[in-house]
Amino acid sequence: MSSLAEGTYLPEGLTQPAPMRDGMDAPYWEGTREHELRVQRCADCGTHQWGPDWVCHACQSLNVEWVTVEPTARIYSWQRVHHPVHPALADHGPYIVVLVELPHADNLRMIGNLLGDPMQDIVIGSDVEAVFEDHDNGSPPYTLVHWQVAGS
Amino acid sequence: MHNAWLRFAAVSESGRGLRGRTAVAGVGETTYYKRGQSTDPEFVLVVKAILAACEDAGINPREIDGFCSYSNDRNTPARLANALGLEELRYSNMQWGGGGGGAAAVVQNAASAVHAGSANVVVAYRGLAQGQFGRFGQGGRRPAVRGEFAYTLPYGVMSPAQMYAMRTTRLMWEHGIDRSAMRAVALAAYHHAQNNPRAVMYGRPLDAETYDSSRWITEPFRLYDCCLENDGGAAMIVTSAERAADLSDTPVLVLAAQQSGGHRSGAWVHNPTDYATSSFKLGAQHLYEQAGVTPDDVDVVQSYENFTGAVVMSLIEHGLCTYENANEVLTFENLRADGGSIPLNTSGGNLAECYMHGLGMQIEAVRQVRGDSTNQVPNVNVSLSNAGPMVEIASTAIYGTAEVLG
Repeated sequence: MSSLAEGTYLPEGLTQPAPMRDGMDAPYWEGTREHELRVQRCADCGTHQWGPDWVCHACQSLNVEWVTVEPTARIYSWQRVHHPVHPALADHGPYIVVLVELPHADNLRMIGNLLGDPMQDIVIGSDVEAVFEDHDNGSPPYTLVHWQVAGS
Repeated sequence: MHNAWLRFAAVSESGRGLRGRTAVAGVGETTYYKRGQSTDPEFVLVVKAILAACEDAGINPREIDGFCSYSNDRNTPARLANALGLEELRYSNMQWGGGGGGAAAVVQNAASAVHAGSANVVVAYRGLAQGQFGRFGQGGRRPAVRGEFAYTLPYGVMSPAQMYAMRTTRLMWEHGIDRSAMRAVALAAYHHAQNNPRAVMYGRPLDAETYDSSRWITEPFRLYDCCLENDGGAAMIVTSAERAADLSDTPVLVLAAQQSGGHRSGAWVHNPTDYATSSFKLGAQHLYEQAGVTPDDVDVVQSYENFTGAVVMSLIEHGLCTYENANEVLTFENLRADGGSIPLNTSGGNLAECYMHGLGMQIEAVRQVRGDSTNQVPNVNVSLSNAGPMVEIASTAIYGTAEVLG
């Protein structure tokens, strides 16, 4: 686990995330502020779940809890975005989005950016580790979860 | 799979189903414009399309008594009923979901209403004037976002291309699908558009070299892998098979129309149980069962292109080729109306005719049965048209002649 040395992967000015008003995913966003990766796990059947929901999709229990999981994963799919669709990205150049899966959490999937050279070769199945990117000036402050190839 | 097939069989044995009960009596569309170039307000586009469809059907617009649309169409049934002078509005229906997932579902919904006796003449319609209401392809401009988009927008996943590219990456990786299959889909659409004066890309052919050298939107999608953005209106008149037979000697029957979603297909943050799918694996089986035909019987296919990779998935999941032979079968030669084995997107589709959220591709499937397509395939009895691959709830339909009923 590590933090970005300086700056952010994508420029400031993009839409920022905020917890849902009904509180459903507040534990996730609170966890990221503490540089912990929290996901849902059913207290009845034990299945990990992502994205968040009030109900366990495996057994329909309403008894869904939050657990902290090891912030590692492997690349499941990816895209390299070239065409910007937001003014903040107009002069930014390509960036990489990865869909990663967490084998130790029932292969649930998460989305983030892949840090490093935006033109790097990307190999599905590569091990990656989470990198927490703090945005202390956000309203409210928030932390994004990116990924980088393990050991890089 | 065994349990799934039992379920399909149960529907058939119960005697329910739409097979041949209703028909598309008329189709209509406005001029198709590049995005932002419509000279008519969006509401007027819809009214013009409905009037054109009524004229095509030979039906007085005041006979309409139901409306079906999708993707949160802004032009409401009540407002349309006012404008068209309807004496009675008996049925209205909105298909949930964004994008074009509902383009065949509106036919299912309209046909179901007619078959149930809820209404007699139901219009399935869609109007789009993005220049007047904002674009699809632009990222969120709000300062903060909550819910599912909170997990995507801050990472630069905003446009439809960015939301669906990774399914295609995974498809190509899992099954060894080549770019050549995606290129063939684009080349076929542009080829057909050159014979279709309605097409926005009429007079603007595409060759393989231009495709290959076109800019990346987001890998694995190049420019020509992505649908257009357009303004226009489109409408279809659905009525009973009996009424349609009074209006035409060769009515176009709705043989089947089906919505299609799989296990957790709407799970947030790209977590459907099955990821690299067009969402047609189950719905296509229901479709064929309902229509009483097999993939071998399909004469011509309109397969919704939001992105070319999704068409590859859709054709495989409709049984028209396989993961193993897709690279060999999906060639430009095979996808052409003039002699191909799987004539595909014969109006130019969403890539080259118009992006009317796929309703234009339902209309083209009807035209192929009538025999008046601008790229007519000979002797069409079974005409398939799907909609909205990869979205949470996709849909798919088969139109055909009375000959299919036996």
